[in-house]
Amino acid sequence: MEMMRKERIDRGLKVRTEGLYAISSYREILYLMGPRLLLIVGVMALPFIFELAPYWKRVINIMFVYALLALSFDFLANYVGLVCLGGAFLTGVGGYFSAIYNVYLSFPTYLAIPCATITGAAFCTLCLIPCLPLRGVYFAIVTLMYPLLFTRIIEALDILGGTNGITGVDGFANQYVEHYIIILVVIGFLFGMRRFVNQDIGLVLRGVKDNDQSVRASGIDVTRMKILAVFVASLIGCFGGAYMAHLYMWAGISLFALDFSIIPIASVVIGGGGTLVGALIGSFILVPLSEILRAFGTFRIVIYCIILTGFIVFKSEGLMIFMQRKYHQFERWVKV
Amino acid sequence: MHIIIYGIINSITLSLVSLGFTLVYSISRVPNFAHGALYILSGYLVWLFINKFAGFPYPFAIIAAIGLTAVVGALIYRFILIRIRGMEISEIIATYAIGLAILEGLRWGGLRGGTFTLPTFMAGSVNLFDVSVDYQRLIIVGVGILTFVSLYVFTRYTKIGLALRGIAQDERAAMMLGINSDMTAIVSLAIGSALSGFAAVLLLPLGNIVVETGYNVLIFAIAVCVIGGLGSWGGTIVASFVIGFAQILTEAFISTHYQMVVALLAIIVTLLVKPSGIFGKQKELEERV
Repeated sequence: MEMMRKERIDRGLKVRTEGLYAISSYREILYLMGPRLLLIVGVMALPFIFELAPYWKRVINIMFVYALLALSFDFLANYVGLVCLGGAFLTGVGGYFSAIYNVYLSFPTYLAIPCATITGAAFCTLCLIPCLPLRGVYFAIVTLMYPLLFTRIIEALDILGGTNGITGVDGFANQYVEHYIIILVVIGFLFGMRRFVNQDIGLVLRGVKDNDQSVRASGIDVTRMKILAVFVASLIGCFGGAYMAHLYMWAGISLFALDFSIIPIASVVIGGGGTLVGALIGSFILVPLSEILRAFGTFRIVIYCIILTGFIVFKSEGLMIFMQRKYHQFERWVKV
Repeated sequence: MHIIIYGIINSITLSLVSLGFTLVYSISRVPNFAHGALYILSGYLVWLFINKFAGFPYPFAIIAAIGLTAVVGALIYRFILIRIRGMEISEIIATYAIGLAILEGLRWGGLRGGTFTLPTFMAGSVNLFDVSVDYQRLIIVGVGILTFVSLYVFTRYTKIGLALRGIAQDERAAMMLGINSDMTAIVSLAIGSALSGFAAVLLLPLGNIVVETGYNVLIFAIAVCVIGGLGSWGGTIVASFVIGFAQILTEAFISTHYQMVVALLAIIVTLLVKPSGIFGKQKELEERV
C-alpha cells in the first residue's frame, strides 16, 4: 500500500512579506494588512450593522466585555502560565470600585472608570500575591474561590448595598458612546498586548511559563514578573467590570457570577490559546450563541462545557491557529 | 463539650468529602475538579433509584449509585483525560467543564428546590455528654473512621493498592516494573469517584440534594487538600480537623455566614506561611519555584 502524508509548505507570498519585500507591492501590503484591517473595520462597523436590532446591540457590548476577559485569560494562561479561573473576580472588583467612586464619591463616569480600573487592578493583584510564588494548580484554585469569597463577604457583612447592590450608577451619554468606548478599548488592548508580549518583557514572561528556574538563574525575580503580569491582566478585566457597572447603571453580586469565569475560558479554548485574537473570535462566537440558547436556561452552560471539552480534547489548537495555518501555508499529499 | 463533639463530626465529614479528591491527585496528578459534581450525581442517583424505580431497597440503591459513579469517573479518564494527561491547564479546564456540565445538566433536568431528600439510615438521636447527637451523625463518624482504616489497609496490603502507591511515588520506576500507568489512573479515578459518591450517600441524608452543595463540596475538598498538602493523605485528615474545628468555633462564636470565609482564609494563610501544606514535604521542591 502506498503511504501518503500531508506536507505543509509556506506560501511564497508569506515568505516574501517577512522581509523588506513586504512593502514592495500592494499585494504584499494587502496580505499583511488585510486580516488586521478586516478585524478593525468589521468590529467598528458592528453597531451600524445591527442598527435595526436594538436587542442585539446590547449583546454587542457584553460580547466585547467577554472578549476583554478572554484576552486577559489568554495572556495569563498562555504567556505567563497562570490559569485564572476567576474572571468574575476581576469584573466584580472593577465594577464595585467604579460604583463606589461614582455613587459614594460622586466622580463623573469618565473619571470613575479609569480610576476603578487602576485601583481595582491593584486590589486584585494584592489579593493574588500570596499564591504567586507557587506553581501548578494553586493559582487556579485560589482564583476560583475569590469571587465566591467576596460574594459571601458582601452578603454576610451586608456592606456595599448587600444583596441589592449599589444602585444609581451613572450611565453613558448615548448608545454610540457606549459601543465605541468598549470597542476602542478592546482594539487598543488587543494590539497593545500583542506588542507587549513581543517585547523583551514578553519573552521573560514566556520564560516564566516554560522554565522559571532558568529565569531565576538569569537574575530576574520570577515573582515580580508574575505580579506585573497579573496587574496587566487585572487592568483588562477590571475595565470590563467597571464598564459593565456603568452600562447597567448598577453594581451587584451578579458581577461575581460564574459566567464571567467560564465563557472567557471557553472562548480562548475555541479561538486558539496564545494568539490573543483568538480570544476575541471565540467570544464573538460563544456570546451570540449563548443569547440564542437563552431559552434553554442553565442547559446552555452544559452546551458550553461540552463544546469546551470537545475542543480541548479533539482540536486543542483552536480556530485561530487553524485559520492562520490555512492563510500562511498550503498543503499537499506526498509519498512517504 | 458541644464544640468538641460537633467539631469531630464536622472534621470527619470534611475528610470524607475530600478523601476522593486527594486520592486522585496523589496517584494520577489529575486535579479532579469534577469532584463536587460526582458527589451530587451519586446522591441524585440514589434518590432516582429509590423513588423512580419503586421497590428498590435502600442499601441496594446505594451500592448501585456508588458503582455507577465509579464507572462515570473511570469513563471520564478513559475517554477525555487520557488524551490531555500531563497538560495541567487542559486538565483543570476539562475536569471543571465536565463538573459544570454535570451539575448544570442536573439543574436543568429538574434538580431544583428542596424536594430531593434521602432517608436517614436510623432515625432518632442519643445524648452523649449532655449533647444530643442523631444516629446518622454517629454513623458518619463510625463509617468515616472505618473508611480511613480500610483505605490504609487497601493501599498497603493489596496488590492494586501497592501499584497505586508505586505510581504515586515514582511513575517511571513503577512503569518499569510493569505497572500500567493508565490502568492505575483509571482505577484511581474510579475509586476517587466512588469515595465521593460514598461520602454523598452518608452525608446527604442530613440535608437536601441541591446543586449548590456540589460547588461547596468542591471548595471544601480543595481547601482541605491545599492545607494538608496536595496529595498527602495524612495531611488531609489533619487539615480537615483544623478546618472542621475552626468552622465549628466560628459558628459558635461569630456567625454561620463565615464558614466558607474561614475555609478560604485558611487556604490563603497556609499558602503564605507554608506553601506546601502541613504534610506536603516531598513536593516542596517541584511545586515551589
